[in-house]
Amino acid sequence: MANSYLKSESKQLATWYFTFAAILFGAQLLFGLVAAIQYVEPGFLYGILDFSIARILHINALVVWMVFAMFGSVYWLLPDETGIETVGIKVGKLLFWIFALAIVIVVLVFLFIQVGKADATTIWFITEGREYIEAPRWADWGIVVVALGFVGNLFLTGMKGKQTGIVTVLMADMIAFAGLYLAGMFFTDNISVDQYWWWWVIHLWVEATWEVFVGAIAAYGLIKMIGAHRQVVEMWLWIEVAMLFGSGILGLGHHYFWIGTPEYWWEIGALFSALEPLPLVAMFIHVLYDWGKTQGAEEEKGNSASVINNKPAFTWFVLNAFGNFLGAGIWGFFHTLPQVNLYTHGTQFTSAHGHLAFFGAYATILVGMMYIAIQGTNGIKVMKNTRASIWAVSLITGGVVGMTIALTIAGYVQVLVSRAQMGATWAAYFDGQSGMWFVQAMDWRLIMGVVTFIGFFFLAKDLLTTGKNPVHEK
Amino acid sequence: MANKSVWSDNRFWRRSATWVTGFASLLLIWLTFDTSTQIAMGNDKDLQNGVTKRVPGPTVINYKITYEMSAKRGHEVPVIGGNDGKGGSLFKEKEKFFGRDDYTEKEAGALLHLGKLASQAKNCMDCHTLLGNGAYYAPDLTKAWLDPAWGPNGAMQALTGKNTREEAIAEFLQHPDQYPTHARMMPDLGITAKEAKGLVAFLKHMSSIDTNGFPRNFGHMQGAVNGK
Repeated sequence: MANSYLKSESKQLATWYFTFAAILFGAQLLFGLVAAIQYVEPGFLYGILDFSIARILHINALVVWMVFAMFGSVYWLLPDETGIETVGIKVGKLLFWIFALAIVIVVLVFLFIQVGKADATTIWFITEGREYIEAPRWADWGIVVVALGFVGNLFLTGMKGKQTGIVTVLMADMIAFAGLYLAGMFFTDNISVDQYWWWWVIHLWVEATWEVFVGAIAAYGLIKMIGAHRQVVEMWLWIEVAMLFGSGILGLGHHYFWIGTPEYWWEIGALFSALEPLPLVAMFIHVLYDWGKTQGAEEEKGNSASVINNKPAFTWFVLNAFGNFLGAGIWGFFHTLPQVNLYTHGTQFTSAHGHLAFFGAYATILVGMMYIAIQGTNGIKVMKNTRASIWAVSLITGGVVGMTIALTIAGYVQVLVSRAQMGATWAAYFDGQSGMWFVQAMDWRLIMGVVTFIGFFFLAKDLLTTGKNPVHEK
Repeated sequence: MANKSVWSDNRFWRRSATWVTGFASLLLIWLTFDTSTQIAMGNDKDLQNGVTKRVPGPTVINYKITYEMSAKRGHEVPVIGGNDGKGGSLFKEKEKFFGRDDYTEKEAGALLHLGKLASQAKNCMDCHTLLGNGAYYAPDLTKAWLDPAWGPNGAMQALTGKNTREEAIAEFLQHPDQYPTHARMMPDLGITAKEAKGLVAFLKHMSSIDTNGFPRNFGHMQGAVNGK
């Protein structure tokens, strides 16, 4: 991987993280396809790779590839921001291999052992059985060690080198990100207590710390790709942090409407989660405004050339601005008020929101970071879109939007038939699932899933080859 | 610099972000203390003394549980051991669970413990939803214990050839592939008779949790078929 353009070991390590992340991204889509086929053809892999296992792998691969790409992004930007080589890079490299190996073992156990007896051994070595964080307890501890090592490197580097606003935000954010994982590492017989703390991990990751992370990465990207003014970008970043944490931390309340927790969470959850889209609007405006402003300033000087020095990465960053606002903001707001959520909670509505939000808020910007890494690795001055870049971004975005629309319609049917009309029983559930519009929606979801998967191959091809493509300006 | 507005000052926004985050975190921690007290599991004494808990003790499996509209709360609530006439629980009427209604705190606790472990060891949440959380490939289990399908005239008792809710559910859990209700079938997860008993206790206990009226109208719409 080392080459003449990549002087920094931190950046070299980042490329390892990005590579493993991209592989897991492919795995995520593959198992998602299996699950999507099972909705249409329930006998598919029945008893071999049941829906539960396909879904565990689909979502865990998603979470892990994003964490890998997030670590990669930090290792990539640290030398640029701090002006020094990352401290503890040897430990960082060792931790990469430990992390990667642990994930391979966990995946193999999920695939081939799947379930265990109802005892502590299963929880420790096979599955913890808690949605999204099924990884067995031994792996939890592994993740804690790896995360601590990563946070340690980030802190030591941040304190030794130049501590920019972006690095300060990342330091605060990543320690919360790592610490929150601890809330998901205990067993209790009380399912309400279980889910109370489980949401601390899930929600406070994806609706607080991860969003702030995206804010920091977007700030870095804007400075890097269009030469936005640091002072302006970092001011926006602090405003975003205030808005994201101000709404997101107590927005946690929207998960506490129906799990046994007291009624006051209705008001708290409704109020703060209704505010959650606001910072996403701010981030959207921020990216587009800075772009227009920087381009305008150049044109004033008579330069009509684009200010963007990395077209594919910037495309993904702009998609992030849209996708975060639409997927996390709008689709989240759809069902966040308790009056609506009473009926939509636990339906395909959530699934529609999940697909567009994870793609829009996280997948986009992390793929963008991969392109920034390719630009740096190959010493490219202005990186252009190739045909594969355009096919990749079009097919993946089109596929995810298509899946989201299909799942939204499926959710509508489920809410109206299974919940409102029939009263949520076993029979009510299957009445909804066998409705014509639900069935059609699931067919479309599968088709759009295939479109997304084809898009991934274009993305993989582009990520592997575009660096050496002569179209770019060296 | 002297005339610079505070609104374009990074230090002002950094401090605002810190204060807002700190305040939100402190409020969350304070609420967590309150909620933790309210959702702590009750015990057998509470049930005997008629103390309503959001999450009752495991011996709730000795009682009859229903899900009824509370005029005061404006939504359905679990009613344990009979209705006191005002939508609250009487804690009187018992109901046999696998032939007994005198499980001690320890026995019921062990069953619940086993059931909760089994629910995780078999990845239940990756097809079903529990308290509405999980996957959407199979029915929600929040109040599954109360589903009329498992009741005296329900389809599942007839299908499994059992005479009680708990036996019908336990039988289904051990051999789900023998009782297909739809093209989408639950796979055989190697659930033993003991684990099945624990799982049923876990389901019965979960149905007694006060979920603020979720799911709405559960099991009260059985007359409506295909919108008629």
